[in-house]
Amino acid sequence: MKKLSKMFMALTFVGALLAGCGSNNAAPAPAQQPAAQPSTPAPEANNSGSATTSPGEPVTAVGSTALQPLVEQSAKDYMAKNQGVQIQVQGGGSGTGLSQVASGAATIGNSDIFAEEKKGIPANELVDHKVAVVGMAAAVSPKVKVDNLTKQQLIDIFTGKITNWKDVGGDDMKITLVNRPKSSGTRATFNKFAMDGKEEAEGITEDSSGTVRKIIAETPGAIGYLALSYFNDSVKALKLDGVEANAENITTNKYPVWAYEHMYTKGEPTGNAKAFLEFILSDEVQKKTVTDLGFLPITDMKVERDAEGKVTQK
Amino acid sequence: MLTYNKRQFTENITGRTVALVCAALLVIVVLSITYFIASKGLSTFFVNGVSISEFLTQVKWDPEGEPAMYGVFPFILGSFLVTALAAIIAAPLGIGAAIFMTEIFPNFGKKVLKPVIELLVGIPSVVYGYVGLSLLVPFIREQFDVLGFSLLAGGLVLALMILPTITSVATDAIEAVPQDLRNASLALGATRWQTIWNVVLHSSLPGCLTAVVLGMARAFGEALAVQMVIGNTTKLPGSLLDPISTLTSGITLNMGNTIQGTPYNNALWSMALLLLAMSFVFIMILRFLGRKRMVK
Repeated sequence: MKKLSKMFMALTFVGALLAGCGSNNAAPAPAQQPAAQPSTPAPEANNSGSATTSPGEPVTAVGSTALQPLVEQSAKDYMAKNQGVQIQVQGGGSGTGLSQVASGAATIGNSDIFAEEKKGIPANELVDHKVAVVGMAAAVSPKVKVDNLTKQQLIDIFTGKITNWKDVGGDDMKITLVNRPKSSGTRATFNKFAMDGKEEAEGITEDSSGTVRKIIAETPGAIGYLALSYFNDSVKALKLDGVEANAENITTNKYPVWAYEHMYTKGEPTGNAKAFLEFILSDEVQKKTVTDLGFLPITDMKVERDAEGKVTQK
Repeated sequence: MLTYNKRQFTENITGRTVALVCAALLVIVVLSITYFIASKGLSTFFVNGVSISEFLTQVKWDPEGEPAMYGVFPFILGSFLVTALAAIIAAPLGIGAAIFMTEIFPNFGKKVLKPVIELLVGIPSVVYGYVGLSLLVPFIREQFDVLGFSLLAGGLVLALMILPTITSVATDAIEAVPQDLRNASLALGATRWQTIWNVVLHSSLPGCLTAVVLGMARAFGEALAVQMVIGNTTKLPGSLLDPISTLTSGITLNMGNTIQGTPYNNALWSMALLLLAMSFVFIMILRFLGRKRMVK
């Protein structure tokens, strides 16, 4: 017994040490950030000083958890190529990303939505870098025998007017709504482009896409919405008005439920941040990492959409 | 002799200073946390002009709607219901285990049961949540033909999480009952069970209540595990099997996506302030129970 408790103590101690190390590693970057962050127009010296091989100032990219895998992978690739450059990627949500970059606490703010769409963000101070496009689709449990919904049916389901799958051509099975929190960017996008802004009925609410997918997969008759990058064999994507949510239909806006992935900077980016954003927009990342992770390359888009949702041909 | 005294004197002063600095630092930290949460949380009412009674009693929660509605009553109700449920399930189990460990089978209890129950503390709450989501929710769904995400699921997961707290505090309380009392009771001809029920439990009651309140305080503040199994529906539940939200899950689900300084964000801070106020209430109850024990 004594030995066992000693072992536990040793384990806890090691754990505490590791935890301490972890936070030590993470701490310096954000702490130095405000100092390194050029206030408004960047001094030229900063630009010339950051040749790709020099460490320069560390870059922090904070925000959207949907975009996080892409930024993390790109940062890893970028750091492998440019020894000594530090790029820290953190989650926290689109709201956190936007407010952190606006206050200068982060170099880059990742967001699923336009800064203009969030109340309380000085959008005119931020520079938008759209790095990818992500499609979203209604996801149902594989037990649901429905493959296609009209927009009206989708709206009726999510507003709680239709509560049984038999009313839209499926089996006699109760519909369970799986929603996102009211503040979620995914919810905002889905609500705007799939539901024409109608208010959703109350349902199960979870914010992490992984949990939402698990719930939809395991609950008979469940319906929710997921970014295309989260679809796998366990959930089924529904067509909307007969249009499949695939790359081809999204690039032409034939399938309208998609969003830009934004990386905002306060003022024009400089130094490492600029080089990193250019790297993400390079063919190397766009053609490979972006599509590998289930996003669509921004370069493939044949239409453009502004913060109000107005679509124009490119 | 004089030098020795001098050394002792400086040692005393140093020790005192260190202790004082630590204590002061703690007080400052607690006060500033309280001030920070209060200033953020109260601005919902004083800056954004939401009425306190509307905030506490309204049922509609739609901070981004037009007009925005800030009724957090469903969250408050959910927090209280799920905490009460967890306490109702865990209190008899925990106190029962404590009696077993101290009165009935002390050897086995202390060597096996106690470490096993205390192991439960080390499991991260996300694991409890995930197990609940993977096993408990489908189980409830199949048994009762409902959704599965429910008050009941949240209460059961929380009950398991607070069981170690209740058990170990209750064990200490029961152990502290003087052996003389037991002997006297047995000498009067009481059976072992009569002794446990009438003497041991009775005199350790404040301690056992402390255990339950401590457990409830933990349950009230738990976020992650509850969030995963309770459904987070901001609607009043009709039964134990309906989903509901708690204050903590409301905060964790929305904090990352709201902007500092907006009414929405402030409303979340107000919910945090409510949680803080509740933990003060729990502490006051604990102090009260502690004093009661002292008088005994």
